[in-house]
Amino acid sequence: MDPILRIENLRVEFRSGNLRHNPKVALKGLNLAVQAGEIFGFIGPNGAGKTTTINVLLGFVNPTAGNAYLFGVNVREPIARQRIGYLPELTYYYKFLTVEELLRFYARIFGIPRREADKRIDQLLRLVELEAVRNRPIKTYSKGMQQRVGLAQALINNPELLILDEPTSGLDPIGRMKVREIIQRLKNEGKTVFFSSHELGEVETVCDRVGILHEGELCMIGRVSDLKAQFQTDLERIFLKIIGYQVHG
Amino acid sequence: MNKVVALAGVVIKELYRRKDVYVLFVLTALITLVIGSAKFFNDPKIVRYLVEICLLLIWVSAIVIAVGTAARQIPAECENRTIFPLLAKPVTRGQVIVGKFLGCWLACGITLVAFYLFLAIVRGSREQYWPLLHYFQALWLQWMCLGVIVAMVLFGSLIFSAPSANATICVIVIVGILLLGRHLNVVAFRQPKPLDLIVYSIYFFIPHLEWYDVRDMLVHDQPLINWLAILGATIYAAVYTATFLLLAWLRFRRKPLNA
Repeated sequence: MDPILRIENLRVEFRSGNLRHNPKVALKGLNLAVQAGEIFGFIGPNGAGKTTTINVLLGFVNPTAGNAYLFGVNVREPIARQRIGYLPELTYYYKFLTVEELLRFYARIFGIPRREADKRIDQLLRLVELEAVRNRPIKTYSKGMQQRVGLAQALINNPELLILDEPTSGLDPIGRMKVREIIQRLKNEGKTVFFSSHELGEVETVCDRVGILHEGELCMIGRVSDLKAQFQTDLERIFLKIIGYQVHG
Repeated sequence: MNKVVALAGVVIKELYRRKDVYVLFVLTALITLVIGSAKFFNDPKIVRYLVEICLLLIWVSAIVIAVGTAARQIPAECENRTIFPLLAKPVTRGQVIVGKFLGCWLACGITLVAFYLFLAIVRGSREQYWPLLHYFQALWLQWMCLGVIVAMVLFGSLIFSAPSANATICVIVIVGILLLGRHLNVVAFRQPKPLDLIVYSIYFFIPHLEWYDVRDMLVHDQPLINWLAILGATIYAAVYTATFLLLAWLRFRRKPLNA
């Protein structure tokens, strides 16, 4: 079966304004494949290249070399994003709109017919528990509520692949639990989830497979259970060992 | 097209939910109403001067709204990071630019209709004179002119880093063209070579926004402009608008955005 997400020899360099300086290499020939129905955790220390990989997948950054495909379509084509949902780390939405208006706007971008969009919006607002405040501008929402707006917009097109960039960052324990529940629910529905996170406990609980990225290179990839059996320890220690961090004491 | 219209809808919604544009709109409408309905020196001809002041006010307000709205569209999307969830959807950067343009241009059109409606009602009630086709021609040409301005400012917003710098430079260029554009060929004629060539080049290169300023036709009851000339001016504006939008797209399409 063809993978839903495929990355081949992906290299991303960022040039500074000064031509004398060497370009900063964010990704050094990354290869990765995620199969349908998987929950894939993408972990790595800050600056490892996780967000750059997501930026390439979403078309925000063009790769210097190599290619990335979603559903077999090159990510340079906007149509590659027709069947995905994206939840950014922080909430970036039009704050002058209400959550209902925002979801309707995104539904139109996806070309969802009005009747179907109405039904979907009702379902999503129930799912993220924002039904009671659907007509209030987003600027009046708390941080947790705004993060739930993010989840709702990521699911508006009933995506087959969900890309989550540190989805629980900055959330309280209840918020984290809700996000985790939603990810689990999506897994049960057969959806594919690709998410980057620093919360290794969460990754261990939720993910089928993990990839550990360090300095732009994929150092390790495998099933969580296999890695734990191989190293005889938890994911956090495996991660620290792979990135070469010495634990003192 | 549906995506472009959806994007334009958000621009219009933002505009009428922003207090500053709303205040400018209400202020201009109020001043137009007050000036138009006041009686000065019992002079019946004074109405013409009042109409001239009102039209100047409409021009200034429309330019401020067009520049102020267009200048912040894409920089605000990047600064507030709303561009990321948007571009993560199946929408091209070209559609984003066209959507933003359409939203700003339609918003300017709606504002102009309201302004001209006020002016027509005030003048009509004073003079019992309803030159509706004159108003239509003036409004149409001004709207076309605002199309060029909005596209130019959108392009500028991708060149200059700060929206305020872009707005200031664009206003200077627009006012410069409106005031001096028609005289550039005369200035070029008086210059030595090769300076005359440079000035002539500028004359032929810039969009002649001053052609769209037909306030005199309304103030002095001049005859209607030939409809073919209106069509020509519309095509001329469309060409410049398309050129600025194309330049904006060329600038934006490969621009890296780091979430």
